Amino acid sequence: MSSNSVTLWLKPFVARPIALAGLGVLLATVLAAVFAPWLSPYDPYAIDPLIRLTPPNVTHWFGTDQFGRDTLSRTIHSARMALLIGSGVVVFALATGVPAGVLSALFPRLGHLLMRIVDVLMAFPTLLLALGLIVILSPSVATVILAIGIGYMTTTTRIVYGLTLRLRAETYVEASRSMGAGAAWLISRHILPNLVSPLLVQASFVFAFAQLGAASLDFLGLGAPPDIPSWGNMLAESRTFITRAPWLLFFPGMMIVATAFSLNLVGDALRDRLDPRFRQVFGEKG
Amino acid sequence: MWSYAFKRAATTAVTLLAASIIIFAFIHIVPGDPIYVLLGDTATPDQIDALRHQLGLDQPIILQYLTWAGHVLEGDLGRSIFFQAPVLSVIADGAETSTLLATMTMIWVAVIGVPIGMIAAVRHGTWLDQGLSGGAMLMASIPTFWVGLYLILIFAAWLGWFPSSGYPSIFEGGVVNLRYLVLPSLALAAPNAALILRLTRASMLDVSREDYVRTARAKGIRPWQVVRRHIWRNALLSVVSAFGFTFAALLSEAVVTETVFALPGIGRLVVQSILRRDYPVIQGVILVIVVVYLLINLIVDLSYRLLDPRVELQ
Repeated sequence: MSSNSVTLWLKPFVARPIALAGLGVLLATVLAAVFAPWLSPYDPYAIDPLIRLTPPNVTHWFGTDQFGRDTLSRTIHSARMALLIGSGVVVFALATGVPAGVLSALFPRLGHLLMRIVDVLMAFPTLLLALGLIVILSPSVATVILAIGIGYMTTTTRIVYGLTLRLRAETYVEASRSMGAGAAWLISRHILPNLVSPLLVQASFVFAFAQLGAASLDFLGLGAPPDIPSWGNMLAESRTFITRAPWLLFFPGMMIVATAFSLNLVGDALRDRLDPRFRQVFGEKG
Repeated sequence: MWSYAFKRAATTAVTLLAASIIIFAFIHIVPGDPIYVLLGDTATPDQIDALRHQLGLDQPIILQYLTWAGHVLEGDLGRSIFFQAPVLSVIADGAETSTLLATMTMIWVAVIGVPIGMIAAVRHGTWLDQGLSGGAMLMASIPTFWVGLYLILIFAAWLGWFPSSGYPSIFEGGVVNLRYLVLPSLALAAPNAALILRLTRASMLDVSREDYVRTARAKGIRPWQVVRRHIWRNALLSVVSAFGFTFAALLSEAVVTETVFALPGIGRLVVQSILRRDYPVIQGVILVIVVVYLLINLIVDLSYRLLDPRVELQ
């Protein structure tokens, strides 16, 4: 990416300081996830019954949990699960939704069939679809990604379908077609390059909702395996101790809110710099 | 209108038919022999033979589906392994809690989301609008169970104003029992109020760009009259239809909230049934929620077109 296009991408953020702050929070989360073992003051799994449920203090900034484990270290390590599930859901939603949406728009007969399937899947509320899949598949991180991702596969397919239909009607695409360009040429030269910006918007929103969805599943005890530190698992465990140890509730919850809010801010800023015709596809009018 | 209504109802019927095949298949996709899945591990050989015969599991899968669908249409959703009772009556037991929770949530959503959304739209572009819209986005980024846990901590544990969990029926303890639903409905309302706020704001801004609004302003009608009579009246329609969709979605969103507050509703029933491996109940609840979801969407869509003559009837 040239420096010119980097400034182009940063433009909406410079105009909106709060969106820039959101970008900063996300960067910090990524760094926390990557360097978790070096940043954490303690082993996130180390149990110490002598210091169980101690409030935040100089040695344990975020306090300790019911097993005496360091909350700060667990909060930092949880960023890994958050990023893993979030990016997994985004990759799954895009990898399935983009081909399905583009091909549906270019081949109406296939599109008719695929859109009907999307309609049927959308008759199942997202969380219900996730729960149903979790019952069928064995519990694992991959199951969580698939269970949440399938709900956003359908919305992504619909959005890509709508965008591609609009692109297909453009004069230059029409011209390219009339000169004998095939589907592969159209997709690679005209459709996909124009989908990059709107898909980045969609990716931010899907990432944000995946954070909240994964946290809900963890909380219900149906998400990531309970021995893995994740913000949702930490909150689920803290539930029994909320009056005795309210700090256990505070820090992981704040991290979920901070990442989801930042992703929404970033998505919003990116959406505002989209072509107005594309913006309509995201439900926000001009 | 009638031909549109007929087409739209037919589409819903086809979607429901396809969804029902998926829901039927659920019991067969779940790992294990469907018989054990349906009866649980403790079933006696007699029960197994009886059910195998009743469901005709030796018959082609299409016949099995038709048999199942026939039972469903008669109101027979199977038997719960855990409760040893018909699934339909188990679901009906949770219906009171879930319906009241959803209704109370929608009241909060209306009281909080709509007026604040209107204010943001009227003050469009000011710091107040930015603050309110940003606040709404923040509210939509907070997990409902986290809000719920904090409400329990503050208003139940510390202040003692509201009970922290459970819900005894209003038919046994009177309307005063609604206080059990105050905190859960507030938690569930938070993200949905944020959604309605943004939608109210967006649809009012949308209407305010219409020609007739400009005409009204040019005629010299007072600004608040323009907002009340020209903008709000026309924006109301899409807000009301969003209410319908939100209500429909609440039934499944309540899964988490009902678990936090230990409410005996349909949402908690799903989670507990998953943990108990009570597959007939899971199947039944999914079916009921999907039917309600599709029906509400159909009603909202049709009434929208009935109420707004400008919407083209294709």
